[in-house]
Amino acid sequence: MNLPELRDTYDVVVVGAGPAGMSAATAAAAQGASVLLVDEGVGPGGQIYRAVTTTPLTDRAVLGVDYWKGEEVAQAFAASGAAYLSGATVWHLDGERHLGFSVGGEARLVQAGQVVLATGALERPFPIAGWTLPGVLSVGAAQTLLKAQGMTATGRVVIAGCGPLLWLLASQYVAAGKPPALILDTTPAANWRRALSHLPSFLLTPYARKGMKLMARVRRAVRIVSGVTELAIEGETHAERITYRRGNAAPMTVPVDHVLLHQGVTPNLNLPAAAGCELEWNEPQACFQPRTDAWGQTTQPGIWLAGDGAGIAGAEAAASRGTLAGLAAACALGRIDAAARDRLATPVQAQLALQSRGRAFLDRLYRPADAFRRAADTALACRCEEVTGRQLREVADSLKVPGPNQMKTFLRCGMGPCQGRLCGLTVTETIAAARGVGPEEVGYYRLRTPVKPLTVAELATLHSTEDERRAVERG
Amino acid sequence: MAREYDVVVLGGGLMGAAIGYGLARLGRRTAILDEGDIAFRASRGNFSLVWVQSKGLGMPAYSSWTRRSAERWSGFAAELKDETGVDCALQQPGGFTLLLSDAEMERRIAFLAKLHAQPGFEPYPYEIWDRSRVRQVFPGIGPEVVGASFCPLDGHLNALRAFRASHAAFAARGGDYFPHHTIEKVEPLAGGGFRIDTPGSGFTAAKVVLAAGTGNARLGPMLGLHAPVRPQRGQALVTEKASPFLTHPVVNLRQTDEGGIMIGDSQEEAGFDTSLGLGVLAVMARRAARMFPEVGRLNVVRTWSALRVMTKDGFPIYQQSETAPGAFLCNCHSGVTLAAAHAALLAPMIDAGRLDDTLLGAFSTRRFDVPASA
Amino acid sequence: MFQRLPEDARAPLSFLLDGEPVQGRAGDSVAAALLALGRDACRETAVSGAPRGGYCMMGVCFDCLVTIDGVGNRQACLVPLRDGMEVETQHGRREPGR
Repeated sequence: MNLPELRDTYDVVVVGAGPAGMSAATAAAAQGASVLLVDEGVGPGGQIYRAVTTTPLTDRAVLGVDYWKGEEVAQAFAASGAAYLSGATVWHLDGERHLGFSVGGEARLVQAGQVVLATGALERPFPIAGWTLPGVLSVGAAQTLLKAQGMTATGRVVIAGCGPLLWLLASQYVAAGKPPALILDTTPAANWRRALSHLPSFLLTPYARKGMKLMARVRRAVRIVSGVTELAIEGETHAERITYRRGNAAPMTVPVDHVLLHQGVTPNLNLPAAAGCELEWNEPQACFQPRTDAWGQTTQPGIWLAGDGAGIAGAEAAASRGTLAGLAAACALGRIDAAARDRLATPVQAQLALQSRGRAFLDRLYRPADAFRRAADTALACRCEEVTGRQLREVADSLKVPGPNQMKTFLRCGMGPCQGRLCGLTVTETIAAARGVGPEEVGYYRLRTPVKPLTVAELATLHSTEDERRAVERG
Repeated sequence: MAREYDVVVLGGGLMGAAIGYGLARLGRRTAILDEGDIAFRASRGNFSLVWVQSKGLGMPAYSSWTRRSAERWSGFAAELKDETGVDCALQQPGGFTLLLSDAEMERRIAFLAKLHAQPGFEPYPYEIWDRSRVRQVFPGIGPEVVGASFCPLDGHLNALRAFRASHAAFAARGGDYFPHHTIEKVEPLAGGGFRIDTPGSGFTAAKVVLAAGTGNARLGPMLGLHAPVRPQRGQALVTEKASPFLTHPVVNLRQTDEGGIMIGDSQEEAGFDTSLGLGVLAVMARRAARMFPEVGRLNVVRTWSALRVMTKDGFPIYQQSETAPGAFLCNCHSGVTLAAAHAALLAPMIDAGRLDDTLLGAFSTRRFDVPASA
Repeated sequence: MFQRLPEDARAPLSFLLDGEPVQGRAGDSVAAALLALGRDACRETAVSGAPRGGYCMMGVCFDCLVTIDGVGNRQACLVPLRDGMEVETQHGRREPGR
């Protein structure tokens, strides 16, 4: 869509073009709602289906069957009649459902009848020493580079961390003929005990069979060290070595050209939180998520949340939840009545139940160790403002810091452009450990507009009333 | 079992921390009781100015008190640095109010003349600059800037670091800080002293200082003190870090020591609502771009909306309770500018049990008792 | 550095990196193009001058910041590479006017 075609209002505005967003837009449009989907990327797919319509990797075996499911979702979306604005960065949403975003350096405001947020997830921070060195990227980053640009990391590539995405990327690298040199698995051994009771239901899911095949393929081609409890990356101006430890064993150091880190994904909180949606702590997944009901309604009326942004459940569940949110939004607008909504939703809810099986096992098995969720002393807890784990702990103790907002005041963590996306959980968990309470009691950063930067000049183009002018210009 | 202190300060903002530090430095056993992580906290949302210019129309004593504090700030900053290692980045190169039209210029000249002409006003140097002189200090000034008022006594600092340093200095001097201790009740004790109740804990103290900002309205009456304070919203925005290019602060636009450009500010009567308004932010952004066009290119990375602690006439309140001597009510909206005076001058007065009438008599709550109709 | 798989048959694009003529491919983000050229670092931070390169490739880490066509602090992973683009690595804080 071109910017001049943009209208001032839409029945439903969807933010995010991943499986949840595309499905929500498709479902709402099918009920006759006027729908606008805005997304930051250049094409549809979000992160999990990134570049699904443009990837240079036409050999489908490399990225795998699950990735290509995104093609169907994208095709349905393209045919849905929803307006689609790509390259649009959303920086504002409020309780009255005014949405502010920028395209090509131009700020725009749109009024939505209902909003579906599908901004997905991002990787959990992995604050070990050296994680900010050039040459260190997240596993998700490596996967994006593979999908969107057909690139792999060169030289000695070490993958470190835990979680299904780590194995997926490793298997994709193996399938591309570029096996990593080493995998350092930080899955805590103790997690097996907690996860065991959920294993039987996991084994019934298709993920179990696929996952085990995938891991077997990786194990045949890559050396794996498991039970890793300590990690540190070293180097002058680039990652050069990684040191790891397994419990009380002596530390081992290996040279690296690249380190790819991953310890799960967590909901991208900034837009819903800045819009006033309340957050809750998800204990099994060790992260905050906006509070939602079964349809995705947040605590802000008219703002719905679908996909991993509402709680990590994977791509297929995201598509189902997107459809449910789209139907619920259409119903809230009066496009369909509750009975029709429920009728259309029933098969989707059944699918969602199937897609959610096995989640409890994966959440417990791959819950990262406490030590890796809090920054090591010399590691940067806050990458933007360069605040170390040691500084966090010293101030937490000496100034009896109650929570992350006071910590932000004292040390600037969370004040950088990333707005806490890569430090929020670390800071909360570090303060929780210092205070001896749970993260839910400590809380999270107070997030505000703009959730992504826009220029002063762009902000200056927005409308203001005479009262607002007088509140500022008092001379 | 109540904890005993010489002084308990109610409120852990910049005012409470500065007074608390001042008392702890005198050797008093001092506690600060504070709320939790999410609270109104004007200390987190201010403009970091140490500002003299413009203050005191209607109360010349306020200008004098402000000047005293500004003069003491470099000593206070040095002291905080010695105690804690934290540098407040205080700079007092003089400050500007930029004027974007001839009408604004005329109004400013008239205002400053009227301010200085008040009986009892202690004059200080200030100048009206024309555009060409302003350009020498700010080469990148926008074409609409016609001139400025300049005061060599004005400056700015990093208020967040000053806040951290005040708390750290308080702790270093043996002060005890209690977050999550919202005050339920405070009452005078029959034999002298006070009892303070919070959920789960009790405290007793010989003296109590009410430094809870807008919270003083609730606490004051418990001790026979009237605190006519209301919240006044102010919004501001800050940009990404830029190379240093602004050598002096302007009253509503300054470059922080970290590099970000802070742009403000609004005055809104919105009760306890700390929502952000895009319209207000847009006005500030427009004015900033008119003052310094280069600022337009910078990305806004953060905004805030905080509540000033505004007394009925806008001037500070310092009042000892007449029915419960030893209880002191303290309120102001310029907690940054006045922090030095609070630590160095106010704290010793509280310690001595007597507010100096020459310096602070004008700030008594008796001024609010004047009947509305004469 | 990152290398392109042989399957990549996309058209080459020319652009300038710190004034030097270099190549990328149609469909690259600026960040990907830099990695393919072996530039794992694209800037030095405004706080300490430490070298950084992109970490997340999805627009949330703000470490892939470069100057593109004279405008500083652009997230390279969100900007599609265009023919003739002028990309510059950044050193510290944003320069006024850039």
